[in-house]
Amino acid sequence: MEQLGIAEQLREKFPGSILEIITHRGQVTLLVDRKDIFAICQVLKTDHQMNHLNCLCGVDNLKRTAAHLERFEVVYQFYSIDNRTSLRIKAQIPESDPSIDSITSLWTGANWLERETYDLLGIVFNNHPKLERILTAEDWEGYPLRKDYALRGDKEWKGLEELREKAIRLRQYDFYGAQTEQE
Amino acid sequence: MITLTDTQTIDVPVQSGEEDRYHLKMGPQHPATHGVLRVDLDLDGETILTCDPKVGYLHRGFEKLAEHRTYAQNIVLTDRLDYIAAMSNNVGYCEAVERLLAIEVPERARMLRVMVCEMSRISSHLLWLATHALDIGAMTVFLYCFREREVLLELFAELCGARLTTTYTRLGGVRQDVTRSIMKKLDKFVEDFPACIEEYETLIDTNRIWLKRTIGIGQVSAEKALDLCLTGASLRGSGVDYDIRKHMPYAGYEKFEFDIPVGETGDTYARYRCRMEELRQSNFILRQCIDMLPPGPVLGKDAPDLVMPIRAANKLEVDVPAKNALITLIEDRDVFMEGDIYVATEVPKGELGFYFISDGMGRPYRMHIRSPSFIHIGALSTMAQGAMIADLIAIIGTLDVVLGECDR
Repeated sequence: MEQLGIAEQLREKFPGSILEIITHRGQVTLLVDRKDIFAICQVLKTDHQMNHLNCLCGVDNLKRTAAHLERFEVVYQFYSIDNRTSLRIKAQIPESDPSIDSITSLWTGANWLERETYDLLGIVFNNHPKLERILTAEDWEGYPLRKDYALRGDKEWKGLEELREKAIRLRQYDFYGAQTEQE
Repeated sequence: MITLTDTQTIDVPVQSGEEDRYHLKMGPQHPATHGVLRVDLDLDGETILTCDPKVGYLHRGFEKLAEHRTYAQNIVLTDRLDYIAAMSNNVGYCEAVERLLAIEVPERARMLRVMVCEMSRISSHLLWLATHALDIGAMTVFLYCFREREVLLELFAELCGARLTTTYTRLGGVRQDVTRSIMKKLDKFVEDFPACIEEYETLIDTNRIWLKRTIGIGQVSAEKALDLCLTGASLRGSGVDYDIRKHMPYAGYEKFEFDIPVGETGDTYARYRCRMEELRQSNFILRQCIDMLPPGPVLGKDAPDLVMPIRAANKLEVDVPAKNALITLIEDRDVFMEGDIYVATEVPKGELGFYFISDGMGRPYRMHIRSPSFIHIGALSTMAQGAMIADLIAIIGTLDVVLGECDR
């Protein structure tokens, strides 16, 4: 299998950071340490013609236990359009310091995917050009996709009360009163 | 109260060097942004200096929600992603879950899936052409496209009871078999449709305004398109031959004969040509579906028992195998294998991928939706840089984005 061949080559090149090679339903996954993630992606892009980044997302492993599994992981799915092979990389990130190197300089398209991962899981991407919230509001508290974030919270979004008050104030606006004042 | 006469002006402090700059917030209600998309623009005259798209107005937290619902219940959520091609999303989701849980799908159901996929591709491309032409200034095409789209939506309504939010597929098959009346109507549609495509082309192909506003606008090279992670017709317009129906066939696409139209120049016109050709190819696939549709059941034997009539018939039987049972919300028990999978399907907008992690329970541990619209809007700021403000409308149109899918 070609995917396993690539995985083995990577293991030779980065002996310290490839933790495990898993095959499930014909798809090969590499569990890697986060420190070499940029170099691994670069090697995949240049040496193995993995020119298409399918998917980039974060996972919270709070309720899962397995060997080498840390609190967070970032999943990269690559595909080579010329060779028709795919490979998945999972970078492990400890809870104490949730950060990883950005691959935006390799794929510009990763920019928004990384921003989304930051927004929903709170994983910080180093060297990212603009790491801001994207799907939720700028003043959102917490990271919704974390497993310890409740599906339904006990309080509303803090901006909601402000908006309600504003709506009530606007409803009371007296159009005719303003005109009579001028006269 | 200040009143201005003709000669008076108001002094607004402007930083030196930025006197000609103009900051414009386009959206979220602007009709040409195809939904609730806001684009913050910095303009120098009419030229775009920086373009910053803002999304999230339609964020409903599907990924979080999916973790709290069973695999079967999540099919409903996928309708609300790309609401103009809901069938493709249903198929994409079910294909992914079936591969994760190893559920067999009967041959007839697979071909019905291909059929509804191509029907929704045609209906989505028609809506794209209609609105894209309307944005650029060709009003008539809009009415012609909606005429044919209406036929397809009526067919969807007859097939599953809904025009847009279809929820047609089930894990292990589809909800309902086609009737003879549907096949007859579809046959007539397939017969008539090629002439309709020619009609659209006579309307705009030789239109000087259309050509001026599409040729050379929003040009992306093949390398740049791959760098921006574009997929679908937006990538193929730049000359990269990447279609998941050919690269990683699903739902039995390998049995069909069809071509993948690939453009060369990578501008708005090339993408327009690609999509028009895709309409013809989809019609050709539909023709093959009608001719080749095999007999048999539409729901697999080892599918989770979710179709109500079958459940009602077997109500008294107790010894249902664990995998075959309806997975309840209350009980958490191991029913499936642990593991993860990424399955991509080719929807009208591009590559729709579902990434699942299963921890063995009846609900997904993590579901990530790789939606093409999200990545395409991310590419907008690069594509629009240096363009005119009127061309931005054409670029948003040519990327064919749907905000329901982008914001999830």
